[in-house]
Amino acid sequence: MAVQTLTRPAVDTVPVVRAKRESQFDLMWRRFRQHRLALVSLWIVVAFYLVAIFAEFLAPTDPGAYSARYTYAPPQGIQLFSTGEDGSWRLAPHVNGYASEIDRKAMRRTFVIDPEVEIPVQFLAPSEPYLLAGVIPMSVKFIGVTEARAPFYILGADRLGRDLLSRLIHGTRISLSIGLAGVTLSLFFGIIIGGFAGYYGGWFDSAVMRVVEFIRSMPTIPLWLGLAAAMPKDWSALQTYFAITIILSLIGWTELARVVRGRFLSLRTEDFVTAAQLDGASDWRIITRHMVPSFMSHIIAAATLAIPGMILAETALSFLGLGLQAPIVSWGTLLQDAQNIRTLATAPWLLTPGLCVVVVILAMNFFGDGLRDAADPHGR
Amino acid sequence: MLGFIGRRLIAMVLTMWAVSFVAFAIIQLPPGDYLTTYMATLAANGDRVDPATIEALRQQYGFGEPYIVQYWKWISGIVLRGDFGQSFEWKAPVTSLIWGRLGNSILLEGLAVIVMWLVAVPIGIYAAVRKYSLGDYLATIGGFIGLAIPNFFFALILMYLSFIWFGETIGGLFSPQYEAARWSPGRVWDFLSHAWAPVLVLSMAGTAELIRILRANLLDELKKPYVTTARAKGLSEFRTILKYPVRVALNPLISTIGWLLPALVSSSVIVSVVLNLPTAGPLLLRSLTSQDMFLAGAIIMLLGMLTVIGTLVSDLLLAWIDPRIRYGSK
Repeated sequence: MAVQTLTRPAVDTVPVVRAKRESQFDLMWRRFRQHRLALVSLWIVVAFYLVAIFAEFLAPTDPGAYSARYTYAPPQGIQLFSTGEDGSWRLAPHVNGYASEIDRKAMRRTFVIDPEVEIPVQFLAPSEPYLLAGVIPMSVKFIGVTEARAPFYILGADRLGRDLLSRLIHGTRISLSIGLAGVTLSLFFGIIIGGFAGYYGGWFDSAVMRVVEFIRSMPTIPLWLGLAAAMPKDWSALQTYFAITIILSLIGWTELARVVRGRFLSLRTEDFVTAAQLDGASDWRIITRHMVPSFMSHIIAAATLAIPGMILAETALSFLGLGLQAPIVSWGTLLQDAQNIRTLATAPWLLTPGLCVVVVILAMNFFGDGLRDAADPHGR
Repeated sequence: MLGFIGRRLIAMVLTMWAVSFVAFAIIQLPPGDYLTTYMATLAANGDRVDPATIEALRQQYGFGEPYIVQYWKWISGIVLRGDFGQSFEWKAPVTSLIWGRLGNSILLEGLAVIVMWLVAVPIGIYAAVRKYSLGDYLATIGGFIGLAIPNFFFALILMYLSFIWFGETIGGLFSPQYEAARWSPGRVWDFLSHAWAPVLVLSMAGTAELIRILRANLLDELKKPYVTTARAKGLSEFRTILKYPVRVALNPLISTIGWLLPALVSSSVIVSVVLNLPTAGPLLLRSLTSQDMFLAGAIIMLLGMLTVIGTLVSDLLLAWIDPRIRYGSK
């Protein structure tokens, strides 16, 4: 029988198990990542917002720059390779030039892409100096043509020969930011009003809920139109922008207030809230320190899901001509150009802004759904 | 049931009162009052402004008096005499302008609701019964896209495609020869051949939503033991599903009309503008851009009322079908 010597392990050899704490954010992120579609959507949304931020850098030309020579010029697309005489390929990004024909019957000029003419395209092309996002001085664009007066319409041109791509990029900034601004404002009112209603209950709660129900039972577009039509015509672009944001939030807060109120109601009777109350914490402290953190993720998900509605509403209002006005470029004002069938038949590419709307709305919905599932502590 | 109807009716009257108040607030919003605008238009047209007429109008609408008095004069005219005021752009009473157009709006929205149900119910049932089948995935994807496409954009695409493929423009509700005709089989046919496009556009988002709800409801029901019991008793699969779970799952759908309607009325305004339909929508837009506020206010109010009444109907329908709601506390 072997003698077993019991040795006490030296204290310092014990592997230290470091307690790993996962914050609520880590937990959410882990659950969120399992949701493939939501993850992809997140990147799409991020990409769109990056475009919005770096609009001046990405847009080849100024959104207001027009050229009477190229009205309704069709999309050029962009070719990365150039074919030589002998059929060999070489890397030379270029766009094709236009050959114009006069249509005698319709009395107008139509353009066809001329594959013979190659206009070289340069990435990080030098340009006129400009301010990125209004602050950083720069003099280089993401993409541009090297010849000064060559036509460059990757996605085509509009009625005044303005570059649709540039306008689309600048429109992205306005449309997406108005969605964010509208939701932020709605969230502010929603949390305050819904929070009071949910926390104190009583007559204030029922009054708020009646108002919310009433607003939600009204058809929104007529209401928005009525409010937007009351804006003085001589307001500046910035004033209109903020006015529209406020108009959108006037209805937008209701949904968020309802969500916040519901959360407050269900949390009010939780033990940890009672415990805090018995400890003598003030209402303000209980709300901000104990209750809000426990449902913040849920509220963020609800807010994300509210952004698409805002974007859609702005697009619809501007499309009808009562939202943002001409010098401001948004997806809605861009689509306004595509309103009648004659224009559409000549220049179907003017519908591209609508495509952007659809993609962003889809991505945001999926992203919001994923976020909501991830934020739900009882899910899966 | 009577008590329930009574309660709902009182609630409806209160809501309508609130709607009228909002509509009047919108009438009052633009700077200056109706009368100054009216006089400005008259003067701009070179018409002589008759002081007596102005004074009469001032009396009738109570201009210069407190807000609440003006509101009272406006609303009492509507309730007691059916007088919605004057449209100064059209130089006609508002009533003569809106009823026909409102009728078209109601007709289109009603058709859209019917189409929504006819399409959504079978697809929803199929998607739930054959869960995760190809058809289910297609329905889900279609639903998401249907919800994401703004309806006016869909209308534009439809317009473009029909122009490219068939060489004809869609738009309007009647051909010129049927415009003012009385209803006849020919006119009905003409109407249908025009109305398919707006009805399709209007019903798309709602259909997507209904399919999603019905699928979720039915999936919950299909798991329940009574379905197993029905199967165990040897009922055919078709009868098992249609006779019990589908009926239960349909109930909540009826209440969805309540919140589908505001969206539907909303979207019909903008779709009508795109497709140039003779409904209340384009008239509203025109009156708002020209600040013809009594006309605009009347349309906003009537569209709101329409929604409120629709919601009431759906509530009553639901109470009639589902006794739990009738006898529940509220």
